[in-house]
Amino acid sequence: MSILELHDVHRVHGSGATAVHALRGVSLTVEEGELVAVMGPSGSGKSTLLNLAGGLDRPTRGEVVVEGTALGACSRPALAALRRRRVGYVFQDLNLLTSLTAAENVALPLELDGVGVRQTRRLALAALAEVDLGGYGPRFPDELSGGQQQRVAIARALIGQRRLLLADEPTGALDSQTGEAVLRLLRARVDAGAAGVLVTHEARHAAWADRVVFLRDGAIVDTSGPLDQPDELLPTPGGGR
Amino acid sequence: MSIKHGLLALLERGPMHGYQLRAAFEESTGGTWPLNIGQVYTTLSRLERDELVRPLPRSEEGQRPHEITDAGRAELASWFATPVGRTDRPRDELAIKLALALTTPGVDVRAVVQAQRSATMRTLQEYTRLKARADQPADLAWRLVLDAMLFQAEAEVRWLDHCEASLVRYSPPPLRVPREAPDTATEASRQ
Repeated sequence: MSILELHDVHRVHGSGATAVHALRGVSLTVEEGELVAVMGPSGSGKSTLLNLAGGLDRPTRGEVVVEGTALGACSRPALAALRRRRVGYVFQDLNLLTSLTAAENVALPLELDGVGVRQTRRLALAALAEVDLGGYGPRFPDELSGGQQQRVAIARALIGQRRLLLADEPTGALDSQTGEAVLRLLRARVDAGAAGVLVTHEARHAAWADRVVFLRDGAIVDTSGPLDQPDELLPTPGGGR
Repeated sequence: MSIKHGLLALLERGPMHGYQLRAAFEESTGGTWPLNIGQVYTTLSRLERDELVRPLPRSEEGQRPHEITDAGRAELASWFATPVGRTDRPRDELAIKLALALTTPGVDVRAVVQAQRSATMRTLQEYTRLKARADQPADLAWRLVLDAMLFQAEAEVRWLDHCEASLVRYSPPPLRVPREAPDTATEASRQ
């Protein structure tokens, strides 16, 4: 089942001579259990694509569909509810609230949605345990390392029934080991039945995806999926690698 | 890297015979570099000639193990201490291909870059898939071999991104074909 569909999506900022065409007719479908990476140079439209996919922005033309709901037809409150309940965001700047504990940060989307305090707390602690932060619930963000904060952000993105996961450079300034742990986590969640879009400029991170889409000047110029036979890639006997 | 040093490193763990060496070699490189038994025995006899290893008496099963000598240990220590030179590696065919694509009329260089990047990206995806499967502590040697291949492939993608960005601002100068003596053509291209 498709969790995310983009149909011929255009996004133009401004108008007339100064109009900027951020996206020019992008079509993309992400299925359940699929992680798609989006790569491209700065200004190629990566973040615009992610914002449109998550209902944070509306396309100038074309349609965005999340789990069968066309976002263009949604009222403002309906769109806000969909964002809270079905879409998880992980951004480079984590947007953790420093005055709330890790558990409170993770619980926030559910609390905004009116879920009861006890259930919210239980789900938040479970989400933290899932990212290996069991026992860290009472800590404040500034008492956690960069990698731990990133995992809190991921736990918050995953809490509840969210099935669309949108990540914008989620490994940001993390070292390679911690960054890899974050990607393993994303991958595991997607494999467990979510769908993910990962914006990154690092090929090594994009390689965790099932498909890699290359954007340039607001259009998809290339897509690469995996090969069928990984063993063919290994160096040949006696080869000089 | 030579098989010679690989075998010396394995013999530093203790005496082994040919088949054991082959199995241990493949295990420590995660199977990325399969050896045939002939290569093992040829290398062992050269090591023996150079007195870097010495044969031990045959076992009851008829296998003849070898052990490393002090000279072998010194050779091994020096190998570990010496960085691998980049000039020892084969020429980069891809860099040469792109340089030629840029100067050959009618070639769509952007398409060459894109096709290569897709292919390298797929390779990266597959290495990553193999790596995702190797998550036990005992897999560390194999994971590091995979990481080496991953980082090399990543470097290639980054370089291709760089090529693509450079091509955006590039408009090819008119190509000059030598018509008369090569000297004249060289002069012309300098102007």
